[in-house]
Amino acid sequence: MAAVMKPRDPDVTYSQVGTRPKRPDGVDKVTGRARYGADVSAPGMLIGKVLRSPHAHARIRGIDTSRAEALEGVKAVVTRDDFPGLDELPDGGGEEVLVDVACNVMAREKALYEGHAVAAVAATSARIAKRALGLIEVDYEVLPHVTDVDAAMAPGAPVLHETMFTRGVEPAPSEPSNVAERSEIVQGDVAEGFAQADVIVERDFRTEAAHQGYIEPHACMASMSEDGSAEMWVCTQGHYSVRDMCAQILGLPLSRLRVTASEIGGGFGGKTTVFIEPTALALSMKSGRPVKIVMDRDEVFRASGPTSSASISMKIGATRDGRITAAEGELRYQGGAFRGSPVPFGAECCFALYDTANVHLTCYDVVVNRPKQAAYRAPGAPMASFAVESVLDEIALELDMDPIELRLRNAVKEGSKSIYGPSFGPVGMVETLEEARDHENYQAPLAARQGRGVATGFWPNYGGETSVTLNVNTDGTVLLSLGTPDIGGSRASMCLMAAEELGVPYERVRAIIADTNALSFNATTGGSRVTHSAGMATVQAARNAIDNMRGRVAEMWGIDAEAVEWEDGYARPSGSNAGDFEPMSFAEIAALSSQTGGPIAGHAEINAAGAGNSFGTHVVDVEVDDQTGAVSVLRYLVVQDAGRAIHPSYVEGQYQGGAAQGVGWALNEEYIYGEDGTLQNPGFLDYRMPVASDLPMIDTVIVEVPNPGHPYGVRGVGETPIVPPLAAVANAVARATGRRLTELPMSPPRILAALSESAEAG
Amino acid sequence: MTVQVRLGSTLASAAGGRSEFEVEARNIMQLLRGLGKQYPELGPVLERGVAVSIDGQLYQDAWLERIPPGAEVYLMPRISGG
Repeated sequence: MAAVMKPRDPDVTYSQVGTRPKRPDGVDKVTGRARYGADVSAPGMLIGKVLRSPHAHARIRGIDTSRAEALEGVKAVVTRDDFPGLDELPDGGGEEVLVDVACNVMAREKALYEGHAVAAVAATSARIAKRALGLIEVDYEVLPHVTDVDAAMAPGAPVLHETMFTRGVEPAPSEPSNVAERSEIVQGDVAEGFAQADVIVERDFRTEAAHQGYIEPHACMASMSEDGSAEMWVCTQGHYSVRDMCAQILGLPLSRLRVTASEIGGGFGGKTTVFIEPTALALSMKSGRPVKIVMDRDEVFRASGPTSSASISMKIGATRDGRITAAEGELRYQGGAFRGSPVPFGAECCFALYDTANVHLTCYDVVVNRPKQAAYRAPGAPMASFAVESVLDEIALELDMDPIELRLRNAVKEGSKSIYGPSFGPVGMVETLEEARDHENYQAPLAARQGRGVATGFWPNYGGETSVTLNVNTDGTVLLSLGTPDIGGSRASMCLMAAEELGVPYERVRAIIADTNALSFNATTGGSRVTHSAGMATVQAARNAIDNMRGRVAEMWGIDAEAVEWEDGYARPSGSNAGDFEPMSFAEIAALSSQTGGPIAGHAEINAAGAGNSFGTHVVDVEVDDQTGAVSVLRYLVVQDAGRAIHPSYVEGQYQGGAAQGVGWALNEEYIYGEDGTLQNPGFLDYRMPVASDLPMIDTVIVEVPNPGHPYGVRGVGETPIVPPLAAVANAVARATGRRLTELPMSPPRILAALSESAEAG
Repeated sequence: MTVQVRLGSTLASAAGGRSEFEVEARNIMQLLRGLGKQYPELGPVLERGVAVSIDGQLYQDAWLERIPPGAEVYLMPRISGG
């Protein structure tokens, strides 16, 4: 059932929640014991390799696998012919269009981007598999390509899908195009709003695609049994989603496919879908042997989804006293070769922070010859916020107003209507701005060529389907079985909430990620949903176990269960009328479980609602080297509302990680395509992510405005921290140099070019 | 019970521009089925799946959730994330 749980008293100080115990997965990770996707092996296992298109856009006229199949050691080769036809697929596939997922996994009529899978081999060694790939002959008809979002929208652009007719346009177009959909958010009257404005700023922005940059490449092993059942071990954020998509793509009943999630070396949204998993399963089906596929870094860049690149036009008007009167924008996002770019989320998020009466945002979802985009923290929001927050900074400069003060004058509060419709409940937008304004970083002196940037960010958060089992062991310890892969410390947070509810020490509670056969369905770990929804399920499971124990104690005491209360890990008579009984501890009750009815467990299977919205404010100081164009980050502050921080260290880690990734997106990270439509920088040497030495200690402030929809007031925190950095850094660079850069990344060549233009202009 | 339903975010443009509807419903299932029956123009929106916001709380696939009298109800695009 859908669940919204009312919070406990927000003023209560908890004994477990809010503490910082050591992470339960830490020792295994630092000693190398933790088993990641590539660490799994099985007797008789084959190694799978994928042949990928060298062309950005090509019709596949034929594939000859005979020479590869004849190579000794090759046990199976699969192509599009080994997958059910797209018209045979059911609807569904979670939040993605299943047909597109299947077509992305293995190209059908056309290769739609460089790196698109066209065949795969399973062999007794990686060397043989690699050699076999070279023996597969693919007859390509190379087609014109397009990799830029604006070029893809232009008349005469090469069309990727002859069946794509733009949705949301009246009358419906008669010709196919690369624009999958046009949509709008309209509120009020922007013409009237701009007429009231004293200052209007209008700019065009561009951002490049950024990869999630997880350390661990995609990896999986599939093993199909002769009886038609299969097992998979996968590095993923959502093993139930992997199960469902693989089963649907290959026509298996869900009960025949068991998926175990490995430990995960980063996901950030990029591991919420499938790439190699159905192929490994198809190879195992064909060979009758377990098959492992591990992407190399080159494949991760070329064939797994980065985020969208975007082109945005934004115009905002404000009065002299800093009230935003109108905003009008056009957001053009490419989603790679398939529909589904996160442009609507961008539109929803970029103005959700401000109480603005007149807004008109037009969104275009565009396809290009690039890998299918995948989610990346707060999908779609950072790009749109880069545009809005940059324009607001210019307005603040024009008004000679403090940028935090400008935002405070427009910030949403409880009761404000969001740009996307519903009214907000209690939210912490104002609190994050005030904390940032009052922080010592905001007062630190700046030298020449240094500048301070401010930006804010938002993500709505959601809950979703979640199931948890809590087993009480006879020695008084507790085992939690969770179905949400732990990508950010959720096991520790769940243990803390269970310990708090049960009244036992944190050290007595351990959590595992159970496989898909062990628990009911769990939605994928993503969208900042797990601490909220799995936390809610954990609390319900604990209370379910407590009710069970109260019932047993009541039977032992010969009183009604209602006369037994649970307090600080003890069952006690609820009052003098209940009788005079010695309280029984959790451990005592657990030890008697066999004699009092058998094992004790608690369960919760819920569709969690009540996720609280998340707001954050970032302040960054940079120094620009006018000789090299390099930007150094001097200080960085993240202030964000967590509702209630269950394990504050993990919350701070989310803040810091999001900020670090956002700094990389702002300054260096980009997908660079050549004239031939091939990716020029598919490795960490040329795709420059920030490393520890590039960043200062990222300061954090956790604001706690409790979310009324969660028993401990939790708000998801993982998405929002990557929303403000793009604009925060750009605003700092603008204030350091006097030049506003509207195209990301602000790499040294772009900075030097901007400074050069500035010098020429005198 | 008559429920006033508004289309939030980008959904109004996907449904041809109209953003407010009325339907008899006590829970989300009745709401979605009623909208689909009474307003064929909402077909494409509903087929792609929606979330429902009731008094600011977001529900996805929670058909049995009851709608209180006078509630603020919005249909929204489904939310996912990274």
